[in-house]
Amino acid sequence: MSWLTGEVIDVIVAVIQAVVIMLVAVVIGALMSFIERRALSIWQDRYGPNRVGPFGSLQLAADMLKMFFKEDWIPPFADKRLFILAPMVSMGTIILAFMVIPISPSWGVFDNMSVGLLFFMAMAGLNVYAVLFAGYASVNKYALIGAMRASAQTISYEVFLGLSLMGIVAQVGSFSLRDIVEYQSHLWNVVPQFFGFVTFLIAAIAVVHRHPFDQPEAEQEIADGFHIEYSGMKWGMFFVGEYVGITLVSALLVVLFFGGWNGPLLPPFIWFALKTAFFMMFFILIRASLPRPRYDRVMSFGWKVCLPLTLLNLLATGVVVLLNAPAQ
Amino acid sequence: MSEHPFSTSRGPDMPIGLDQAPVVQALYKAFGADRFHFQNTLTGMPVLWVAREDLLDVMKFLRQGDNAFEMLYDLHGVDERLRAHREGLPNAEFTVFYILADLSGGKDLMLKVPLFESDLRLPTVTSIWPVADWYERETWDMFGIEFVGHPNLKRILMPPTWRGHPLRKDYNARATEYDPYTMTMEDQDREQEALEFVPEEWGMTRGKDDRDYMFLNFGPNHPAAHGAFRIVLQLDGEEVVDCVPDIGYHHRGAEKMGERQSWHSYIPYTDRIDYCGGVMNNLPYVLAVEKLAGIKVPARAETIRVMMAEFFRITSHLLFLGTYYQDIGAMTPVFFTFTDRQKAYEVIEAITGFRMHPAWYRIGGTAHDLPKGWDGLVRKFLDWMPKRLREYEKCMHENAVFRDRTKGVAAYDTKEALEWGISGPNLRATGFNFDARKQRPYSGYENFDFEVPLCANGDIFDRGTMRIEEMRQSLRIIEQCLNNMPAGDFKADHPLTTPPPRERMKEHIETLITHFLQVSWGPVLKPNESLQMIEATKGLNSYYLTSDGSTMSYRTRIRTPSYPHLQHIPTLMRGGFVPDLIAHVASIDFVMADVDR
Repeated sequence: MSWLTGEVIDVIVAVIQAVVIMLVAVVIGALMSFIERRALSIWQDRYGPNRVGPFGSLQLAADMLKMFFKEDWIPPFADKRLFILAPMVSMGTIILAFMVIPISPSWGVFDNMSVGLLFFMAMAGLNVYAVLFAGYASVNKYALIGAMRASAQTISYEVFLGLSLMGIVAQVGSFSLRDIVEYQSHLWNVVPQFFGFVTFLIAAIAVVHRHPFDQPEAEQEIADGFHIEYSGMKWGMFFVGEYVGITLVSALLVVLFFGGWNGPLLPPFIWFALKTAFFMMFFILIRASLPRPRYDRVMSFGWKVCLPLTLLNLLATGVVVLLNAPAQ
Repeated sequence: MSEHPFSTSRGPDMPIGLDQAPVVQALYKAFGADRFHFQNTLTGMPVLWVAREDLLDVMKFLRQGDNAFEMLYDLHGVDERLRAHREGLPNAEFTVFYILADLSGGKDLMLKVPLFESDLRLPTVTSIWPVADWYERETWDMFGIEFVGHPNLKRILMPPTWRGHPLRKDYNARATEYDPYTMTMEDQDREQEALEFVPEEWGMTRGKDDRDYMFLNFGPNHPAAHGAFRIVLQLDGEEVVDCVPDIGYHHRGAEKMGERQSWHSYIPYTDRIDYCGGVMNNLPYVLAVEKLAGIKVPARAETIRVMMAEFFRITSHLLFLGTYYQDIGAMTPVFFTFTDRQKAYEVIEAITGFRMHPAWYRIGGTAHDLPKGWDGLVRKFLDWMPKRLREYEKCMHENAVFRDRTKGVAAYDTKEALEWGISGPNLRATGFNFDARKQRPYSGYENFDFEVPLCANGDIFDRGTMRIEEMRQSLRIIEQCLNNMPAGDFKADHPLTTPPPRERMKEHIETLITHFLQVSWGPVLKPNESLQMIEATKGLNSYYLTSDGSTMSYRTRIRTPSYPHLQHIPTLMRGGFVPDLIAHVASIDFVMADVDR
């Protein structure tokens, strides 16, 4: 067993960790579809899916079966390559972004990547291609309008998505998410970076197209927008991709602003899971309670309110960091 | 002016009253009494026949000055060729009738123009009344009467490839009168071709300067179209350059059916006109029939009718409210309003035995008396509703996003509303105080103490607020019904009450035969015309019935509020955004069954 050196064992452990994290992320994303429906229905005075298995717990299995057996239809007029590529990009970029999330002191795929935060933003930026491809390849006007809205919205919101996090980076002095979590062992970033938190939360909702920023798929207006022509598993990938996206940004909110795995008594992983679950439920609650603003208002809100706010926040953080810096 | 258009200027049995109305006298004075023929009817308004040559002058006269009318309330035709008992009426093979309404003054007027099959043409009045556009198109569609000068005289309810004019008397009404329907491949191709969208046919240009417009087919199947309704949108980005509503996908020929159903058996069809309005739809119909029959309905029946009608106003408004919030992007309220609707339907079901379409009013009363324990159920509902309404206001109307989406959006003023025939809450949202329950009371509404809610801005927000306030008033009316339900019969003691009281049937063979005839043939009504306007859930709804002394209606004209409301959409939405259009469509509160009939 001479080849089984310590290095090889590390690699094997890392690969197993990576696979487990990916599977858990996808399964949680898929389960979210069930949890969201049940949670919404409780808030809306109704039952939701409660027939398959005890309390509807097997609903997910039923949905998956149905989706797998559905005809996987590609419209004859569609641009076939892009049409197939779009859901892959959608799901792929989001799952890749999970790589940089530190889950506990010992769990994480590549969480000490020195450009971790930038990697997440790059993936979030690539994610919009999924919507653009889908909208363009479907050759459907509703899909096209959805794609146009998605790109306009993403461009507006990515600007301050990045800027809202620069305050933290300036404070911590690192893009690595593990460093950021360790920095928060005494004080969560949400306190010094409150405005960063608020703007990041808004931008995060917009990036994963969740209500009230679900302009690209606004059902009442453009009838599901960019994925209107999709069916079967391809549609399923958009669908699950959205929920994995919620899990991702919830985890990021926890890591960046709420101390990651830090917390008293309970083991680190439990703290991380609890905090993430809280934000996931928060996303669902927002969907249940707010009407949808008009999309041009969404744009002007992004440019006229959020962007100046993040810039001011960054400026203030810079002043504080400079004042605290040891004199040279 | 040429020779006298009418051989007799007065009918044989000249009534006292309506021909003395100031507007009639003013017309006589301006044009000469011999230019008109006064017809005595039970419509409650003066009916004047006027020659086609005089029509435009008379209309212009009635549009301005002291005698100005505010609204062209209705316009349609009648095929007179098979009409029996036309004694005292001018000769005509077809007529076109115009109902003008003066909502603030309280006088109405019907003008009729006689036409002959050899020359079915008359001038359009669209330049005087813009709302006449769709009405004239429908009259052309249904009767083949040509309106000279109309800007767009095309079929509106029937498909463009349709042959024949369905409301003509020589157009068969029953499927059994036709050969079995077949469609060859060529027919199918031809029909498909006819559906091809050509922007020019819809009065749209394909582009301007170097930019092309996008044409978006909104409907007939779209989650926010509220039924089989299509709007063709001409878009520049998401800005609506122009839009053309396309209706007729829900057309069932309800008016034609009225001509082959007995007076009694037509009642269930009325339920399905505004399918959210339930027995509210029965009301104008049975009231109009009762006018023809001369039935005075007992106070208990009137009060029961008012109570159930108000229940349906609430269920209709709740459906409106839920979908209205939903189309502005709030997904939750619709579930709450449906819970409330269910509470209302529990009461409705216990009383009428049915939920959405009870068809529960009868000629001369209602189908049953109130069941034991009805008061407890009604009381429970009255206790439940008010706090829910307050909750909707708190959650939505005080929400900043909601206000931003609705305040000042798709707003119109009273003048525009009247010009386009808009009625009901959508008219009152502009601050114009007209509620038929107050200004033209029927079925005993004058005995109730309630207010007519008004708003001022006529925007999407106000149209939503109107519904909440109206529900509060409906609850007040229901409470008064509950506290003051008169004792007595739920059916009139009249030979034409249908079905007749069962006890009388059992007396002897003669009463049994009478009962049998009235249930099988249905009641026979004297030749006359009657009209009843009510404040329905969505606006002014009326039935204009013509009887020629038979067991069936000769002509049933149903004026529905939603029809003109949809016609108004393009005027309002040009230059708006797609999301605003969705919000406006949701705030109109229409159902396509009500539009297409």
